[in-house]
Amino acid sequence: MEQSYFEVLRPGINSTFQDKGRFGVQYMGLAPGGAMDYQSFLLSNRLLNNDKNSGALEFAYQGPLLKLIKGKTKEPYRTYDLNEGDQLDVLATKASAYGYLSIEGGFKLDKFCGSVSSQPRAFIGPNDGKKIELKDKILIFKNSTTKENKIIRNIKFEEKKIFSVLPGPQFHYFSTASKKQFFSTPYLITKQTDRMGMRVIGKSLENLVNSNIPSEGIIKGAIQVPGDGNPIILLSDHPTTGGYPKVGSIISADYDDLIQQNANREIYFQLVTLEAAEQRFTAYMEKIKKRITNIEIV
Amino acid sequence: MIKKITNISDQGIICDFGEEVNKDINKKVISLFNYLKEKSNNDEIKGIYNIIPSYNKLVVHFDLEKNNSHKIKEIISSIDLKKLTTSQSGKAWTIPVCYDDEFALDLENLTKSLKLSKEEIIKTHLETEFYVYMIGFMPGHPYMGDLDKKLFTSRLQSPRVQVPIGSVAIAEKFCIIYPYLSPGGWNIIGRTSVKLFDTKNLTNPCLFSPGDTIKFKKVNKSELK
Repeated sequence: MEQSYFEVLRPGINSTFQDKGRFGVQYMGLAPGGAMDYQSFLLSNRLLNNDKNSGALEFAYQGPLLKLIKGKTKEPYRTYDLNEGDQLDVLATKASAYGYLSIEGGFKLDKFCGSVSSQPRAFIGPNDGKKIELKDKILIFKNSTTKENKIIRNIKFEEKKIFSVLPGPQFHYFSTASKKQFFSTPYLITKQTDRMGMRVIGKSLENLVNSNIPSEGIIKGAIQVPGDGNPIILLSDHPTTGGYPKVGSIISADYDDLIQQNANREIYFQLVTLEAAEQRFTAYMEKIKKRITNIEIV
Repeated sequence: MIKKITNISDQGIICDFGEEVNKDINKKVISLFNYLKEKSNNDEIKGIYNIIPSYNKLVVHFDLEKNNSHKIKEIISSIDLKKLTTSQSGKAWTIPVCYDDEFALDLENLTKSLKLSKEEIIKTHLETEFYVYMIGFMPGHPYMGDLDKKLFTSRLQSPRVQVPIGSVAIAEKFCIIYPYLSPGGWNIIGRTSVKLFDTKNLTNPCLFSPGDTIKFKKVNKSELK
């Protein structure tokens, strides 16, 4: 049997392969990376009965145009049959930012340190970590053997306004008055946002101690505040260590929703306790499980 | 010793070994890192995503589905750091550097701010035995110290948009090597062609480890690969 593949007719703006991420290697300076929206990534594999960590094609804003393939997709969160020569056109993520394309049996990708996640800046990932380019050949493992298509109904992206924050290691560096503002006034998501970080603009945070600290380890979701007082939320491809104080971190249950907010939206931050964050995480995982249980045949 | 353990996320804690940056404290951090890494590899501690040592902090990132802050803090608090082995000495490396003007982009300016000649700066840099405190920021990127006091300097007022690969640079009491093209605000004094991170090496892609020692060797431009 000949190797099946997709030919890239339009790469899209930010199309890379991602899985859950690359773990156990951050001490070497390697960021975990991984799908920005874990829930959507997982659902895309579960719809196809794939391994839950099978590499998916992540796209942002404008998606790719791939040839094998059939028709324009009308709705997300479902599977489609494709025949040779068909084209699959992932037009755009309008309400959200990131989307995922998975293939039954998975894409044929080389792993590095246990993951296919691409980090273009460090040449890490399949095809030296490059973003998907025009005329690339994307190999797939097998032709489909499944007869029926599947769907998850009733998933709709909403503009989420309020994001919960846990206090960070340098929470006490910032003045009470400016923290009060941080947790009560709106912040605008700027266009200076990518897989590495999200810059937001609003009332600046006043640092009373020091705006530089000896570099220390970072986890995605951390909100670092450089000398200018404007927060940067560190995302999946964050530098592994950083020397700016961190006022807090976005709770894990809110992370997927945060990265799906487009530039120019206004958001609010709300301080929560660790117990609340942990409860919210349990609820978040339950919601994903429920959605997987609700996968039905079209 | 650990002064406090706090949350850096709902899936991560940070062990604070104090404010000071020195080798003794860093060696404690690395010994705890090695210990926890082994426990995680043996699955004696569940759900560890990453353990990240730095100068005087250790971050543990875990999967909240499999573990939690309370349990991880309890495990770390019960460890007697004095009993952990710190004797493992790191590897000793000699790294070739070319200090030619075309690579040493800030050497000229440093002669003015440090009131030393180029030769004195280079000589002092060559005489120092550096200790790798941590690898961070980008893959393979080492943070080394300590510089001779004569070379202590602040970062550039305005960082470069793009620093050439292999640039050897100094700031405060530290020395770094840029493994990739990146923005950067450190003072560049030379260039090396040594590959710090090799994705073709699947077992050990990162050249240096925390605790290694490094001496620089002056070479001509033609000797850079």
